[in-house]
Amino acid sequence: MSEIELPGARESWHDFLAKAVHNRSFTIGAIITGFVLLMALLSFVWTPFDVTEMDIPGKLKWPNSQHWLGTDHFGRDVFSMLMVGARNSIAVAIVAVSIGMAIGVPLGAAAAASKGIFSDVIMRANDFIFAFPSLLLAILFTAIFGPSAINAMIAIGIFNIPVFARLAHGGSLALWQREFIFSARTSGKGPVRITIEHILPNLMNIMIVQGTIQFSLGILIEAGLSYLGLGTQPPDPSWGKMLSEAQTMMGFAPYLAIFPGLAIVITVLGLNLLGDGLRDIFDPKLRRKR
Amino acid sequence: MKIIKTGLAGAVAALAMFAFSTQGMAGKDAVTLGMVLEPTHLDPTAGAAAAIDEVLYANVFEGLTRINSKGEVKPALAESWTVSDDGLVYTFKLHSGVKFHDGSDFNADDVVFSLNRARGEKSVNAQKALFKAIDKVEAVDPLTVKLTLKSPNGSMLFNLGWGDAVMVAPESADGNKTKPVGTGPFKFVKWVKGDRVELARSDKYWGSARVLGKATFKFISDPAAAFSAVMAGDVDGFPNFPAPENMDQFRSDPRFKVVIGSTEGETIMSINNAKPPFDNLKVRRAMAYAINRQSIIDGAMFGNGTPIGSHFAPHHPAYIDLTGQYAYDPAKAKALLKEAGFANGFKATLKLPPPSYARRGGEIIAAELKKVGIDLKIIPVEWGPWIKDVFKATNYDLTIVSHTEPMDIGIYARDKYYFNYKSDAFKAVIAELNRTSDSKARYALMGKAQKILADDAVNVFLFQLAKTGVWNAKLKGLWENAPVQANDLTGVSWAD
Amino acid sequence: MLTTLFFLRRTGFAAITLLIASVVIFGITQVLPGDPAELILGINAQEDTLAALREQMGLNAPVWQQYMHWIGGIITGDFGKSYTYSVPVSELIGARLWISLPLAIMSLLLSTAIAIPVGVLAASRHNKATDVSIMGATQLGIAIPNFWFAMLLVMIFAIKLRWVPAGGFAGWENGIFNGFKSLLLPAIALALPQASILARIMRSALLDVLAEDYMRTARAKGLPRSMVLWRHGVRNAFIPVLTIMGLQFSFLIAGTIIIENIFYLPGLGRLIFQAITQRDLIVLQGLVLLLVGLVIFINLLVDIAYSIVDPRIKGAFHE
Repeated sequence: MSEIELPGARESWHDFLAKAVHNRSFTIGAIITGFVLLMALLSFVWTPFDVTEMDIPGKLKWPNSQHWLGTDHFGRDVFSMLMVGARNSIAVAIVAVSIGMAIGVPLGAAAAASKGIFSDVIMRANDFIFAFPSLLLAILFTAIFGPSAINAMIAIGIFNIPVFARLAHGGSLALWQREFIFSARTSGKGPVRITIEHILPNLMNIMIVQGTIQFSLGILIEAGLSYLGLGTQPPDPSWGKMLSEAQTMMGFAPYLAIFPGLAIVITVLGLNLLGDGLRDIFDPKLRRKR
Repeated sequence: MKIIKTGLAGAVAALAMFAFSTQGMAGKDAVTLGMVLEPTHLDPTAGAAAAIDEVLYANVFEGLTRINSKGEVKPALAESWTVSDDGLVYTFKLHSGVKFHDGSDFNADDVVFSLNRARGEKSVNAQKALFKAIDKVEAVDPLTVKLTLKSPNGSMLFNLGWGDAVMVAPESADGNKTKPVGTGPFKFVKWVKGDRVELARSDKYWGSARVLGKATFKFISDPAAAFSAVMAGDVDGFPNFPAPENMDQFRSDPRFKVVIGSTEGETIMSINNAKPPFDNLKVRRAMAYAINRQSIIDGAMFGNGTPIGSHFAPHHPAYIDLTGQYAYDPAKAKALLKEAGFANGFKATLKLPPPSYARRGGEIIAAELKKVGIDLKIIPVEWGPWIKDVFKATNYDLTIVSHTEPMDIGIYARDKYYFNYKSDAFKAVIAELNRTSDSKARYALMGKAQKILADDAVNVFLFQLAKTGVWNAKLKGLWENAPVQANDLTGVSWAD
Repeated sequence: MLTTLFFLRRTGFAAITLLIASVVIFGITQVLPGDPAELILGINAQEDTLAALREQMGLNAPVWQQYMHWIGGIITGDFGKSYTYSVPVSELIGARLWISLPLAIMSLLLSTAIAIPVGVLAASRHNKATDVSIMGATQLGIAIPNFWFAMLLVMIFAIKLRWVPAGGFAGWENGIFNGFKSLLLPAIALALPQASILARIMRSALLDVLAEDYMRTARAKGLPRSMVLWRHGVRNAFIPVLTIMGLQFSFLIAGTIIIENIFYLPGLGRLIFQAITQRDLIVLQGLVLLLVGLVIFINLLVDIAYSIVDPRIKGAFHE
């Protein structure tokens, strides 16, 4: 589904930077994503309050000078919870994307290199996973193994495998037709070596772009799972769980439902812009349309 | 009918005509009540789900006896009874002229059938133990039934008032799961699965109670949706509203009456007494000191609930207040842990079933125990795995659950129960209680039993679950408390 | 000829996939921890009672026999009988379908109704302020989680303004309008991200078409700009949009599951959760198989439609 044209060779870092600073999507996306990452990293060393510290008498306080975004039904600081929540969301999404890439890309590339039955089996297996709606898969998965952040990572990761496999497969097939691969073949290199030395490096760009998109999807799915109580578990805060808890309190504490949602929107928006920007940079021909 | 002011009003005006036909008929001869859980089926004699009784008990189905709103045993289909001096033979005199909703007569043969079906070999009755004491059931004449017991049983009449002991007819019993046929004031109309059950006044009812023409139970499990259903008037009330955080909003609205009643639910953090380090009395006591009951009631239940110090309902006359025995004292908890050899604390797991009292209460408890060095990992579980793992296999450290059966302190005397608690002293007290009939002496024994449980810190006793009811201020006659799980509509009416 | 072969091959693959899926689904339900009989009878049930109920539900048979019985039934159109509700599974699913299907259709219509004009507008004002702000808005639309959007809608329209119910389903028999009203907010919540994606696809597809030679010819012939745009441009750009709609179907199902939970609509999504918590395995199996079958079927349709529209695709779609 990707509209990216495969580059003939890797771009140099310098070229990339020069294009990047002029790309609006990339710049805005990078700033937002950088901010979210910074908050997540900062939460390891500092948060305004301890996220597990409860203060029942001081519960449900509206945003004020002390608690910038208010306190929840247990008197915990919402801002601190959002910071740590960012960390948990990002961790789940990164691991899920890594699982998808680490398994999907080699499978796709191998299918392209080998063709025949092996290739057919891999691609059919992909179609098979695709036939299970991601959320349904995750719900069944957590019903068996119990809800936890790790199981959410694995469930989202499984759903990522066919995405990367298809992309790697399509990209590799296109590359195999190219001149420079042909010359590598005539120089006596085997398919495994060609895949490792020539195919995979040239798939990097589209994988980075797709990775960014899957990353943002991962954040959304993680939020959905946690909302349903199937993702990150207490006492670890997560955006989705904060939203589900806020739901019965919307009548008197709407801020509890607004801030975690905004956090998700900002993060996903940043990543999507970043992904779009990267796509433009890697393939200037498409810029016309975007 | 209300005019709906959606932005799309113009586009849908044509469709609105359809709405006129059925809307606005909900006059004052009908009531719609919200319930959190939908019954899995409609046969009270074949399932444990409280929701089954909450729809059907006393409304559609009746037993020989019934439990009223105060938890007392009253005559129902049996208008009177006599008990032999040795307590072994019960003779029930049945009401005459009772008919099932399908028009068939109710008589002694139906009693024999119902009770034998419940205790028979192929029975799928969830409370089969209720009928264990029965030796035989005989029809003396069409309106007289003789019940012979194997041994005297002081709670037989109460047991016969359970939803699991209601009377069914041989012709319709097999279909009761989807089309219940009983003798009650309401007959079953229809069940829209996932949404509601509708009942209507039965014209064959034998009793004198005048009931509303129509009753609907609407199932809304999501607390937010429940809130708006009450606010919008889609339901006339929620006898047990799922989100205690919303009660204040209802209180401030004159349209509603908020009634916080009592239930039989002792909410406790159960401890696996057989598993180290919880086999150590000092550890259990340390946990009792480390947990602030009031903060759990305030934090998880928004102030609804009564703290308890043992496994006993505070509204029972034999209740003794033991909440002071382990008043919140983290310093003492730490000292006890040190004495027990856990100066640096320890790690354990806390398995939490789905209800919010457990999930929210568990989070607070984990935070509180962390302060004294006990590091709890929270594991949320569904009821299925909970029954299998926690309750049956006792594969757990700690769990939170509300024990909703009435007068169930006897579970601590059972040989195999998931607390894995073993106390000969306690067993002796319960055995004596079973032999004693004088109520004063019984109360003294119950007090003794409560004390032993508190002294042994068997579980951390948290609070008595409140019945957070909200309903239309004009609706009269709903139960304030829940001595048994039921929504008895016989006395419900509208003030005008 | 080639089309028939392609059609047969694709359908064959779909059938095999479905068969494997049935084995996997059945396997999953077998390893779900928890026993349906224990759940129905509760904690005070006696062992003999449990055994009697298991026998009644047919849970005592060997696993492979249970599978053969289940799949054999499905082939003849019998999905079995629910453990908890004691009614045929097909009846349960059928009743719920009357909520989920209208919801899906409403959101699909809504998203298309929004996306097409918005996408066309953006393309026709390419790179102008309108285009840029529309693209910004769609970026936002994609980034908003539908369940959060649903919460905001509830907060505004149900809690503050009380125009629509916050949840639950009024029932079709209480008037089409009432049923429609219950589905309105959920459908909007579902439609927003879909519409954002579709609008972007519409725009870029249209830009592609507009760049084609025959479009220039049409304009050179002096046809009015708007007519060129709608008659020729939109019609041709519709193919990729339809494809994406097909591919989005699986996301639509996922979205329906979560949205039905928020609005407490007694549809298929809630039935799945109910079936899981009550360990009503036979309902769960049937339902998951149905949903997976739907996805496979829709993808099959998309593949076939694609091959008819663009014969080059034949045999190489997934390659």
